[in-house]
Amino acid sequence: MVRAMEKYIRPGVKLTPFCPGCGHGILMGSILRAIDELKMDMKKMLFVSGIGCAAWIPSPHFNGDTLHTLHGRALAFATGAKLYNPDLCVMVVSGDGDLSSIGGNHLIHAARRNIDLKVICANNMIYGMTGGQVASTTPKGAKTSTTGEGNPYRPFDLCKLVEAAGASYVAKYSVTQPVSLINSIKKALLHVGFSFIEVLSPCPTQFGRRNRADRPDEMIQDLIRQCILKGEAERLTEEELEGKIITGEFLECPK
Amino acid sequence: MPSRWVKTTFPTGIHYLSGNEAAAEGAIAAGCRFYAGYPITPSSELMERMAVRLREVGGVFMQMEDEIASISSVIGASWAGAKAMTATSGPGFSLMQESIGYAAFTETPCVIIDVQRAGPCTGQATRVGSGDIMQAKWGSHGDYQIIALSPWSAQEMYDLTLRAFNLSEQFRVPALVMADEAVGHLRENMLTTAKVEVWDRKKEKGGSPFGTEEEDLVPPMPFFGEGERLLVTGSTHDAYGFRKTDDPEAHAKLVERINEKILRNRKTIVETENYFLEDSEIVVIAYGFTARTSLYAVKRLRKEGMKIGLLRLKTLWPFPEEAVREAGGEVKKVVVPEMNRQQVAGEVRKACQCDVIPVNQTNGEVIHPETIIEVLRKIG
Repeated sequence: MVRAMEKYIRPGVKLTPFCPGCGHGILMGSILRAIDELKMDMKKMLFVSGIGCAAWIPSPHFNGDTLHTLHGRALAFATGAKLYNPDLCVMVVSGDGDLSSIGGNHLIHAARRNIDLKVICANNMIYGMTGGQVASTTPKGAKTSTTGEGNPYRPFDLCKLVEAAGASYVAKYSVTQPVSLINSIKKALLHVGFSFIEVLSPCPTQFGRRNRADRPDEMIQDLIRQCILKGEAERLTEEELEGKIITGEFLECPK
Repeated sequence: MPSRWVKTTFPTGIHYLSGNEAAAEGAIAAGCRFYAGYPITPSSELMERMAVRLREVGGVFMQMEDEIASISSVIGASWAGAKAMTATSGPGFSLMQESIGYAAFTETPCVIIDVQRAGPCTGQATRVGSGDIMQAKWGSHGDYQIIALSPWSAQEMYDLTLRAFNLSEQFRVPALVMADEAVGHLRENMLTTAKVEVWDRKKEKGGSPFGTEEEDLVPPMPFFGEGERLLVTGSTHDAYGFRKTDDPEAHAKLVERINEKILRNRKTIVETENYFLEDSEIVVIAYGFTARTSLYAVKRLRKEGMKIGLLRLKTLWPFPEEAVREAGGEVKKVVVPEMNRQQVAGEVRKACQCDVIPVNQTNGEVIHPETIIEVLRKIG
């Protein structure tokens, strides 16, 4: 991390635990850059996370109040803290399994209540930390450690799910779109209401290794090729959209 | 640890309240300003009263989507500085166990009231039981301590809920009030005072929130937003909250301290009440609503000349070993009536190696004094 950003890293922390090729490091940097560009007061920030690789983004790395909770429960813990002390700027950073599988119920209710929480969902489409089991976001047909014949079920469309539940800011980006991602995080930080940003983040160790992409740079190149912005997508035919991932801000309403 | 006296917001004097309502007032008196809960018979009235009262005193009330969300948001609020509480019954208590372990391991003050009903499982939702006593101590995985108090009246629903908050703050530990449907729904007179004594968690700017050299083994507790850059985690951690998931010494140290913290302070925590123990040959050991009918039985048989006494356990965890050992030491027999299958009788046996006769009833009803009298007469 560049010198200027060091002040956001907790003293004593030297390394991240992420695998080589993991996208979470880029996401971590994007979050801190968004905070820096807005000159947020770190004393008022609270970072809440669950269990999983993405949950290790804020804890212990961020130099502020961090609350590392139980699997799936980050949003419930965050709700308690925010409601009791509304002056806190509460950001939840966790993974797709933590937030939408075991945590699915808390996700839809927090969105329904439109509580002022900034939720960053790092989506690597797998349960990475525990060795690569299938997740609620794993593409149909993908190989995982528990779906050797290919995942028989379709994944959640997280943004649609959260929008339908009641969120007031919904966006989706990939770690290969850092500028847009940083801007979106800034929007979420300033938005008053439930913000949800799905961030596609490659997991070469668990997902990639089992599904075609042995090398981290292959997964990055895949994402670069597949991700297109909303505006761009509107100009393409259905055929041309085949295999593409539409990213952008899907919903932005005042509270 | 220093305490302070605060004015209560509830009118002083005698009130005719149900146990559930009294418990809500005790919480408000203690300074509880965050409640998150989920409806479950027979505890729902407590939550409903908190919904009204917290609005009146400027606190935060949330009905959450389930019990897990309830206890989790209570813990989040506690770290944001709140005295926070939830109430439930057996099935909800089961759901909360993982989070209770989290609160114990991270030393988060919080109060959980279990208005026990007839179990296991859905059981008889509107009927009484005392089947959650062992679960209170061992419900979550691993070795940890909690404090569990056992009220026997509407008055004690108030007093012991207040006490639970105070103990929770003093020792940074989840404090449970093991009530039951009988005491929760019973309406009787209880007295509130103009002022109550409250304890608050230790504070020390820059102090280590998860380790201490102090004798009482209780570290100071900052809250979010104070600039302390808290590192709260459920993983094994050092004094500053850094994860130590590969360090045998760190794990041994933390597990030992969170257990010793409570066990070493048992004299402050444990409360019992004696009736006629000085010359008793048979001692009844009882708790909660069952202690009421036990006391009636003991008094009746005393009038008939039986040398019989009662040891009432007001604290269930940490278990009152010393009081039980003392009461059971000299006597011929110890009788333990309870609305479960020997959950406390087993602990009594461990503590005093006396001849323990259980009186177990798991039919969803309170134990009638006649049932206890019959057993006592047979022994006597």
